Amino acid sequence: MFGYVIRRLAGAIPTIFIIVTLAFFMIRLAPGGPFDLERPIDPLIMENLNRAYHFDKPLWQQYFIYLGNLLQGDLGPSFTRRDFTVVDLFSTGLPVSIRLGATAIIIALVFGTSLGALAALRQNSWVDYAVVGTATFGITIPTFVVAPLLSLVFGVMLGWLPAGGWDGGRVANMVLPVTTLALPQIAAIARLTRGATIEALRSNHVRTARAYGLPPFVVVVVHTLRAAVLPVVSYLGPTAAALLTGSVVVETIFGIPGIGRYFVQGALGRDYTMVMGTVVVIAIFVLLFNLIVDILYAWLDPRVRYD
Amino acid sequence: MPDADQPILAVRGLHVEFDTNDGVVHAVKGVDLDVRRGETIAVVGESGSGKSQAMMAMMSLLAANGRARGSARYREKELIGLSERQLNRVRGKKITMIFQEPMTSLDPLYRIGRQIAEPLIHHGGYSRARARPRVLELLKLVGIPEPERRMRSYPHELSGGQRQRVMIAMALANDPDILIADEPTTALDVTIQAQILALLADLQRRLNMAVVFITHDLGIVRRFADRVYVMRSGEVVEQGSTEAVFDRPQHPYTKLLLAAEPAGRKAPPAPGAPILLEGDNVEVTFRIGGGFLQGEPMLLRAVDRISLTLREGQTIGIVGESGSGKSTLGRALLRLLPSEGAIRFGARDISKADREDMRPLRREMQVVFQDPFGSLSPRMTVGQVITEGLLVHEPSLSRRDRDRRAVEALREVGLDPSMRNRYPHEFSGGQRQRIAIARAIILKPRVVVLDEPTSALDRSVQKQIVELLRDLQAEHDLSYLFISHDLAVVRAMSDYIIVMKQGKIVEEGPTDAIFDHPREAYTQTLMAAAIDSTRFRSSP
Repeated sequence: MFGYVIRRLAGAIPTIFIIVTLAFFMIRLAPGGPFDLERPIDPLIMENLNRAYHFDKPLWQQYFIYLGNLLQGDLGPSFTRRDFTVVDLFSTGLPVSIRLGATAIIIALVFGTSLGALAALRQNSWVDYAVVGTATFGITIPTFVVAPLLSLVFGVMLGWLPAGGWDGGRVANMVLPVTTLALPQIAAIARLTRGATIEALRSNHVRTARAYGLPPFVVVVVHTLRAAVLPVVSYLGPTAAALLTGSVVVETIFGIPGIGRYFVQGALGRDYTMVMGTVVVIAIFVLLFNLIVDILYAWLDPRVRYD
Repeated sequence: MPDADQPILAVRGLHVEFDTNDGVVHAVKGVDLDVRRGETIAVVGESGSGKSQAMMAMMSLLAANGRARGSARYREKELIGLSERQLNRVRGKKITMIFQEPMTSLDPLYRIGRQIAEPLIHHGGYSRARARPRVLELLKLVGIPEPERRMRSYPHELSGGQRQRVMIAMALANDPDILIADEPTTALDVTIQAQILALLADLQRRLNMAVVFITHDLGIVRRFADRVYVMRSGEVVEQGSTEAVFDRPQHPYTKLLLAAEPAGRKAPPAPGAPILLEGDNVEVTFRIGGGFLQGEPMLLRAVDRISLTLREGQTIGIVGESGSGKSTLGRALLRLLPSEGAIRFGARDISKADREDMRPLRREMQVVFQDPFGSLSPRMTVGQVITEGLLVHEPSLSRRDRDRRAVEALREVGLDPSMRNRYPHEFSGGQRQRIAIARAIILKPRVVVLDEPTSALDRSVQKQIVELLRDLQAEHDLSYLFISHDLAVVRAMSDYIIVMKQGKIVEEGPTDAIFDHPREAYTQTLMAAAIDSTRFRSSP
């Protein structure tokens, strides 16, 4: 097991290297640069800026300088927020995004799996139709519709909750953004769980459990649901990585100081180091969560255990 | 015993219906059946006869769209319509069941020790700790080697035969009165089949329980059952003691079933017929595992230096159990798999031929696969399925010519050509296999590899397919490589037999020599397991 984790982590290094390389050259292919402002900068200042940020060197040299800094954990200065380094910005923003995303995932898991299992056990009843209908609805409504709607209804009209802002992460400030993030995930997880549970209920080993007169609780919880959460676990890897690294829409609409905004803002402002920093962080999260999911999966399913 | 003649299970007027999109399907139509203490009865019938559904109905295991009517009394307790709670006092305790699919009937996520303990805990009042010695005892009883270690195994770590033994251990856990065995050996290799059947017969005698065998295999019935019920289309058409039913069958359907063993022999090929396909020290090796940061792959030699010579008009039967490499050999000889060693087709060495080189030869070497359900594309009409090869090999044919050829081919395999615009799912298993054969012969091949073409079919259909294949062979001077684990079918089809085990040839020779005087112990075991069907259980 330990050896397996080490091997997987070692295998992740070349993957990250390839991602970094591709991202570095792709963002440089985009026209324009970080200092292209509406009002042209004095050529002398421009020259100094270029020198300070190594833009006067050939691209491949810049690439190696970036790699060298990256290995030392230095993601460079931000070009658009010039008083901060990328590491500074992330160290304040990432915890906010993680807190928001983790809460949303936990809520989505609890509600999604329960609703999905309930619907499957009452297949073709009104409970089932209600869950499936709501879930389909939940998947089709995009977050950029849900977020302002929630903010408008509960923040502005009813005034129960703050319409936006973070305020150091007060619970009241978290409710609406977490709900916005969790809703589509509840819907997706409920649908997955329902399908997997129905399939498990029809499987031969559940028939065996019933034929041997085991109590319904054992048949459902022990022999059905454990098999039914397997696809949910697989789904959770990339989803968790995406939620924990922040959502542009939610952070923008609710004005939350997470890192989700940085990717889009960085790309639009040609803030090269910011874009690269976001790419590195997201890549690490994706690889890490896929590893966690694989370990979890193996723990649940002995058939895929690694020596 | 005073109540020895009283049935412990009496089924009267049992009906099973399924609601489907095409209306109500009446699967079981008023079945009466008795089981007495300690006896073995067999419920015989082909697929779709309702034999399994009748038992499932009794155990309340029907699919969600199924309903049962009628009566099934176990010791004065009516089972049909009983609440789940009440029923759970009987099923798993007094009436237990083992299934056709040993590979999937155990929960893959739990150790087998735990699964055997479950009925003990829920019916026998055992605690988890106290169940342990009983589980060990049961595993020993069903002949699992190293039971202490095996208790901690997961189902996927056991072979099919061992999994069926585990199922039997579960079934015996609470000393049941009745064990229902639903095709318990159909999915197993013949030698394993024989072991499981012997185990069941032995346990039945020792524990004095009644056994209900649901099976399509008359050999099993003849060897193990005291009484037989013959079912067809949801009804019992004949019943009686095993001797009576086998010696003096009354109903025409019973007679048909009894005569369904593939009979006759193939006419030998012309003496001195030219060699068509020749393999010389053919070897196929699979690499398992390995890759980036994972070390060396494991090498599995699936076919280990096998040589064979197939003449025009000849059939070579390749016999072996699953995993013996017989299918792999067939595919390697057609160059569908990379292999070592020389392979000659006619005068030509094809062992180094690549995909491009092989294409013109493909029409002369065709394959028919085992699974008549999976091997036809569900989105093409039968006409399209069988003429697809013509598009590649005879691109000059017009649409009308292709259609004419399709009609011809369908007629040859005994299907109504007007059905060529239908889709595969509208056909039965036997008809689909005929379609697969039509697809092969429409190209006028010289060699056909038949990879278990009859294994998924009922006996009476098997017999028809065997006869069809023999007729086609005589008419078109075809050569067959006939791959099968079913010795009765192999005997009816082949001139020459190769017995394979673990990638190697164990024994080979002309059909009669192999069947009459098998030399190797392994061949003898195979024969004993498959062909011995004349012995009545009650008159050993």
